[in-house]
Amino acid sequence: MFRNQYDNDSSTWSPQGRIFQVEYASEAVKQGSAVVGLKSKDHAVLVAVKRSPNELASYQKKIIRIDDHMGIAMAGLTSDARVLSNYLRTEAMRSKMVYGRALPVGRAVNAIGDKAQTNTQEYGRRPYGVGLLVIGHDDTGPHLYEFNPSGIVSEYYAYSIGSRSQSARTNLERNFETFQDMSLKELIVQGLRSLRDTLQQGKQLDALNTSIGFVGKDNKMTILDGQDTQEYLDLLDEGEAMDTE
Amino acid sequence: MDSITLKVPHTTERPAEITNYGPTTHISQPSVTGTSVVAFKYKDGIIMATDCLASYGSMARFRNETRMISVGNNTLVGMSGDTGDFQHMKHTLENLLTHEYDMDDGQNMGTRSIYKYISNIMYGRRSKIDPLWNSYVVAGVENGESFLGFVDYYGTTYQSPTIATGFGAYLAQPILRKYVEGHEDELTEEEAVRILDDCMRVLYYRDGRSFNKLRRAKVTAEGVEISEPYPLDTNWTIANYVVGYGS
Amino acid sequence: MNFAEMHQPEFAQAPATERHSHGRWEPYVDNGGTSLAIAGSDYVVVASDARQSNGYIINSRYSPKAFQLTNNVILATSGYAADAKRLVEVLEQNSQMYFHKHEKPMSTTATAQMLSNTLYGRRFFPYYVFPILAGLDTEGRGAVFAYDPVGNMERVVYRAFGSAAALVQPFLDSAVGFKNQRNADATRLLDREQALKIAIDAFTGAAERDIHTGDWLDIYIVDGNGVQHQKRELKHD
Repeated sequence: MFRNQYDNDSSTWSPQGRIFQVEYASEAVKQGSAVVGLKSKDHAVLVAVKRSPNELASYQKKIIRIDDHMGIAMAGLTSDARVLSNYLRTEAMRSKMVYGRALPVGRAVNAIGDKAQTNTQEYGRRPYGVGLLVIGHDDTGPHLYEFNPSGIVSEYYAYSIGSRSQSARTNLERNFETFQDMSLKELIVQGLRSLRDTLQQGKQLDALNTSIGFVGKDNKMTILDGQDTQEYLDLLDEGEAMDTE
Repeated sequence: MDSITLKVPHTTERPAEITNYGPTTHISQPSVTGTSVVAFKYKDGIIMATDCLASYGSMARFRNETRMISVGNNTLVGMSGDTGDFQHMKHTLENLLTHEYDMDDGQNMGTRSIYKYISNIMYGRRSKIDPLWNSYVVAGVENGESFLGFVDYYGTTYQSPTIATGFGAYLAQPILRKYVEGHEDELTEEEAVRILDDCMRVLYYRDGRSFNKLRRAKVTAEGVEISEPYPLDTNWTIANYVVGYGS
Repeated sequence: MNFAEMHQPEFAQAPATERHSHGRWEPYVDNGGTSLAIAGSDYVVVASDARQSNGYIINSRYSPKAFQLTNNVILATSGYAADAKRLVEVLEQNSQMYFHKHEKPMSTTATAQMLSNTLYGRRFFPYYVFPILAGLDTEGRGAVFAYDPVGNMERVVYRAFGSAAALVQPFLDSAVGFKNQRNADATRLLDREQALKIAIDAFTGAAERDIHTGDWLDIYIVDGNGVQHQKRELKHD
């Protein structure tokens, strides 16, 4: 019977030039519920659907604050994301202490990218099982980055990761050129619209399962959950009503 | 009756030759030193002056030293104290700015960051009881706002529209408080230069470790400019009338 | 005194205690300045002058020594400015870590205990700082905590520390604590307008008599609505 001989650890290549352990880790990202990130010229926004394993359980946190100027949304293993966010938080503090400035977002993401890369090259290690969307605002404006277990880091105008995120990306690709001049409110609603496309049949965005995070030139990193998201969900519904008229 | 002597271990006398017990320290004396730095805000930014002398004790040892450097795009740093420690600081800053340049991500190491970094080095060294024997004056214009800050070998920091180190704190600062304080936003460059030269002249008259060959520097939104060395007009005719004080 | 030192103009001016050739170099300076705090039933007033000095020299006329640590906690300092600055940075980092861990801001009493621990952690190389921490307690009452440099902590109703403490504290004892007065109710708390007025008067007086206190006065008033900051003029001499 066929058995893959090249997937026992992340330091072994397959003859086709693949590292299976890394690819498996990327599968973990695809199993997490979707998150969407997008930005305008002044703001960067994250929206996410939270899952609860069980009706009696609480919803898993999807968006984490790093510093006043930076936040992340995750898809995949929450516990791995917590390790990475602890690292980012310490680095952000260090930057403030040593240079008196907010850690540049690109450097933050590259720093965790390097950590992830190490895991793909050293024997006996496991790649992170989580993908992140990182938003932040620094001297060079708002930013949106994607981090994934391979250590690849990319910057985007808008992006989505997690389960069924292709639907969100399709929506974003159609509209991203209009994001640049949007207000924060419009941007959030636009994000929710894309996020909704990732939902399974019969599922809906509501105040319980929606999480919103944003940061901007004059906005510190803010995370909205529960009733605080209702205002934006209502705007989303109103927008739909207008579209169908 | 014989007296009994109790030996308590921790009060055992130390051998006489061990005089320096307690933590290891690394204090060295400053050897080759530069004297005052004078700097203040004016309409377009900050103006600063230092003379070109590096003294060895009372000897005018090196007479063509520069005690002001441009760091990064828009920052001017002036130094007084040990020139060797200054060179160490210059190397450290060069390293910092090279790393920043290598990042190549459009981020700029601004004046406030450089000031914070220097302050951390100074405070860190004082906390190791191994201070860098300097005072630094850091100046820059960032987002249209002037910045002028000071840090010394205690890690003490402050910002002020007028700053003078060393003897300048006694001789130049009162002049600056009178002519600059409250007028920082109105002073033209010509007025600023005249006030600065007056300060440096007073220092040259009264500070025995000063020198009549100095550089002037300014930092504005356009960047840093450090002048070539120049002398000041001085008048020593009254010197003949000074009697006493070892004259 | 050796050769090099005799001819160092900028350090020859330092007071004898700061000289380095005989024995240890002193890693401390006193940058002067005064801070006080007064607690009320539902507010707290904190005041610090902003002059930073070194011996007879005024370093800066506006170098604040009172800091807002969290949403409703103020730390007023005096003593060695560089240590005060670092202490505030360390506290800010720790309260930020607390916020991340517990998803709520650190309470005033928790911050007060943390400050004590932080100071005591440096028992054998102390932060040369005399902190006064002020905020509201869990019942919403004004809370003032006073410390020595190695972390001894005491909750008080009012306290003054710094170069003019010997002038200001007796004044507060009388005006805020109603001490040494016959037929006075020593347990009475002032209302906020009275407390504010006394804080200002205390500093006006201190600036007259203490050369290390003056220039500007930073005032923070903390109450249920948050923190209000004002900057007032003192003598610029």
